[in-house]
Amino acid sequence: MPDIIHLKTPLTDEKIASLRIGSRVLITGIIYTARDAAHKRLAELADQGKKLPFDVQNQIIYYVGPSPARPGRPIGSCGPTTSYRMDVYTPKLLAMGLKATIGKGNRSENVIEAMKQYKAVYFVATGGTAALLAKSVQKADVIAYQDLGAEAIMRLEVVDFPVVVANEIYGNDLYREGIAQYKRD
Amino acid sequence: MGIRTRISSEEIEEKVSQLCMDANFHLPDDMLGALRVSGEKEVSPVAKEVFTDLLENAKIAREYQMPVCQDTGVAVVFAELGEDVEITGGRLYDAIHDGVRKGYKEGFLRKSMVINPLKRVNTGDNTPAIIHTELIPGNYIKITFMAKGGGCENMSRIAMLTPADGREGVVNFVVETVRMAKANPCPPIMVGIGIGGTFDYAALLAKKSLLRPLGTKHRDPDTAALEKEILERVNDLGIGAQGLGGRITALGVHVEWFPCHIASLPVAVNIDCHAHRVKTVVLGI
Repeated sequence: MPDIIHLKTPLTDEKIASLRIGSRVLITGIIYTARDAAHKRLAELADQGKKLPFDVQNQIIYYVGPSPARPGRPIGSCGPTTSYRMDVYTPKLLAMGLKATIGKGNRSENVIEAMKQYKAVYFVATGGTAALLAKSVQKADVIAYQDLGAEAIMRLEVVDFPVVVANEIYGNDLYREGIAQYKRD
Repeated sequence: MGIRTRISSEEIEEKVSQLCMDANFHLPDDMLGALRVSGEKEVSPVAKEVFTDLLENAKIAREYQMPVCQDTGVAVVFAELGEDVEITGGRLYDAIHDGVRKGYKEGFLRKSMVINPLKRVNTGDNTPAIIHTELIPGNYIKITFMAKGGGCENMSRIAMLTPADGREGVVNFVVETVRMAKANPCPPIMVGIGIGGTFDYAALLAKKSLLRPLGTKHRDPDTAALEKEILERVNDLGIGAQGLGGRITALGVHVEWFPCHIASLPVAVNIDCHAHRVKTVVLGI
């Protein structure tokens, strides 16, 4: 079993440069949630040159729409949603200084190229382990787009949130390498 | 005509609301069993760990009455309505929608439906349900609830093949569908396939095939052999649990077919993720 890397937010270029595909990472600090509808709004603001509801510089966006929290709990189930739907918006956010995204599933060539260019990484969390992942979330506050319900932007305080590096700044792709190893023709 | 049985719309509403919660909190035994066996068989260490995490997740969800997955799905409801049943106090469809509304509210389940697909404003209560009804002989109602996630539904495909494409054309289309889907539908998946009927009916057959308990073979030996062949071909893709590489991409392949037009060979592939949430209740017996 490879070593586990403990990563604290906010991220820096130095921290990002040390990450390689397949590395297991436990994230502690702040991450922001955003999925389809929130991304559409963020992209519209960016296009108009307006300020976003949070500064993406050196931050992490987690593609998730949690289930509602039961009373007394910070959050409901909160596993990753499929990332490719956000591919169209991601390069723009990376250009603005976003350093990492968390989701599940493959990214487009455009996003992989943008990660090389802007020195950013893509983490994957295990899809469908939503109850397990909720244990790593200490606090969750809606900071924008309350009207979107589960798609609102939340600021999460996480401790040891478990992810794996799927793409890094060197252009490698964990999905491509993993499947090549087990494919039978 | 048998003796008429009265079933109240209130009872239907209550039972549907319980199904919504039960399905989302408790993975069914057939799926848990398949995850255990597959986790033992898998050779990729990364994929093996995914299976361990999925079982641990199911345990936590059960213990804390939390949804197994945050995507608590579109509420798909199959209602088999006995011809000798009289529903009292309200209408069947209203009772089902009301049950879904109640279940998703009381169970703290996510509301994932938008009103207009192009305007995308959330309905706020996860209704409407997608309801399929069938009239059956008898004096009972059988209601099957499926929480269908968006990620795997998005990776589903349909094709109108030609008769000349035949069995091989069907196999290739299904394998290509899974190959294209890669990690996106949250493997290990279940593959539901509908062959024949019409454009719309093939898709319904594909969805209905997912309701069969995992591990059951089709009653017709030729179709069972087709299921086995597709399962092997799909697992040879090497996609693995969560798409990070592995020998087990699908836990099961189910095929249902129906007669079709002399010109047609419709084939539909409906993919379900490992959070396969299906529960059934029978009322009136």
